[in-house]
Amino acid sequence: MTATTTRPTAPVRHPTGPRSRRWWRSGLTAYGYLSPTLLVMLVMMAVPVVMVFAYSTLSNVIIARDTEFVGLDNFVTLLGDPIFRKALGQTGVFTVTSVVLHLVLGLTFAMMLNSGLLPRLASALFRVVFILPWVFTASIVVILWQLLLNPNGVINYVLQTLNLISTRVEWFSNPSLALGTVIFINVWAGYPFFMISLLAGLQGIPSDLYEAAAIDGAGWRHRFLSITIPQLMPIILAMAMLDFIWNLQQFPIIFLATGGGPLNATETISTYTYNLAFSKRQFSMASASGVVLFVISAIVALFYVRHQKARD
Amino acid sequence: MSTTTTRGRSQTAQKVGLWIGLGIGAVFAGFPALWMLLSSIKPNTEIFQYPPTFLPETFTLDAYAGIFASGEKLRFFANSYTVALVVVALTLFAGIMAGYALSRFQFPFKGLVNTVVISVQAVPPITLLIPYFGLVVWLKLYDTLWALILTYMVATIPYAILMMTGYFNTIPKELDEAVKVDGGSSLRALWQVLVPAARPGIVSVGAYTFMVAWNEFLFALSLTQSRSNRTVPVGIQLLMGEHSFQWSEMMAMSVLGSIPVLVLFLFFQRQFVSGMTAGAVKA
Repeated sequence: MTATTTRPTAPVRHPTGPRSRRWWRSGLTAYGYLSPTLLVMLVMMAVPVVMVFAYSTLSNVIIARDTEFVGLDNFVTLLGDPIFRKALGQTGVFTVTSVVLHLVLGLTFAMMLNSGLLPRLASALFRVVFILPWVFTASIVVILWQLLLNPNGVINYVLQTLNLISTRVEWFSNPSLALGTVIFINVWAGYPFFMISLLAGLQGIPSDLYEAAAIDGAGWRHRFLSITIPQLMPIILAMAMLDFIWNLQQFPIIFLATGGGPLNATETISTYTYNLAFSKRQFSMASASGVVLFVISAIVALFYVRHQKARD
Repeated sequence: MSTTTTRGRSQTAQKVGLWIGLGIGAVFAGFPALWMLLSSIKPNTEIFQYPPTFLPETFTLDAYAGIFASGEKLRFFANSYTVALVVVALTLFAGIMAGYALSRFQFPFKGLVNTVVISVQAVPPITLLIPYFGLVVWLKLYDTLWALILTYMVATIPYAILMMTGYFNTIPKELDEAVKVDGGSSLRALWQVLVPAARPGIVSVGAYTFMVAWNEFLFALSLTQSRSNRTVPVGIQLLMGEHSFQWSEMMAMSVLGSIPVLVLFLFFQRQFVSGMTAGAVKA
């Protein structure tokens, strides 16, 4: 990954003498430079991770006085809870749908911007417009869509005028629509990140590949499938795995849009964990739920790191 | 001859299709933002009209005036700016030094440090929140801006390190070696040679860090309590919950709350894009 390994540290004559001293001094200096980072990571990352694993094996914590070790009981209770199992499934649906749609929209928009058929100014302008959703923070995104999707809001009005719906739709409070609505908002807010990365990737594809294919008489579909997609594949894979981790952990959009409701229709592990901790004050159960999410994320992250290492 | 006309015709068809696609895309991406802006300059009663009006029938800046007249709402903005700027300063400090160590030094457990830096990004914030709650209370930082600053740095420092290491790796080693040969310390080499040379990278890390800190919601919601310590994302939601009928003022706050990131983006678009891609893909 880093290019540092290629250069020997010093001309070495006496492997045990000056070299090792220099090596130690260099190590000490390096750790000196790393110390602020290591301090923050120790206090705010290593300690909390150990704490949350410990919490998950205790009867209750933070607000409880006489806490005791209960082993894996919290996890057993958790898996026995139908709402948790529902949240697990919905987290899967939410995450997979979001990642796929982020990719599809991101790729479509990136290819439109990179088509070469647009004047430069138009291309730059459309790029800014397409990136706009990404500028808004989650809490603003949700308020904005609550206004737009209000039963008396503009979207219901437009759909009604176009005769696509007969009565005004309650997008957030209808249990069979809520998850779809939340996913839609999440897709809207998240695709620009894909688009930006894929656009950079598209610009990096050598144009002679396309020219050669054109000479061979390859059609649009063929060029897309045999040049564009294979060339973008490393970026697509990396982005998809990162996005998968992020969406798995998505909290503010779901929490603010529906709070996990109605009737747990949009409950995901994040909102379930939050509600356990901050409305029911069951911090140990919440820790167990948080650990489950952590483990799932870690597995995906492992694939991601291995993929990155394999590429280097 | 006939092939060129077919090609010309198919290119025209392609162009028409492209513009239709771009139009749909622009409405999808841009209309909500436009609606936000339009709603912020309508009187609140007009927002409740059905059918809705597109352009405001009555133009008014009352919503904005209301925000600038309210100390409480301005406080949300002051808090957000304070937290974001302190996080940027501390993150750059830690990230530049750690990036220097990873780029220029060999040391024991370097591979491990690298792996940890990459993988901490996968730890879910919601999982960390529960121990943070205990930790922050214990450190007597509950309901202070410091609780937010400390917790945000966990997310921003690893990214800054990845970016800074990458930038330093692109700068020839001979430049800082020269300082050391002249008897300068490694700190001087960093400060006088590498930092100026890596300025675009530093700017992009700073902008990205600001954005992350400005946008954070979960920790800001859970680790502060009093209204005087709320940041913009939480503050907007609080007001929304209390008087959910003040749509125009909510939209005005949303516009004001989005301006910093929008401005950063428009100014540093190029660095932003390359930086984000590098951070995500070459990590």
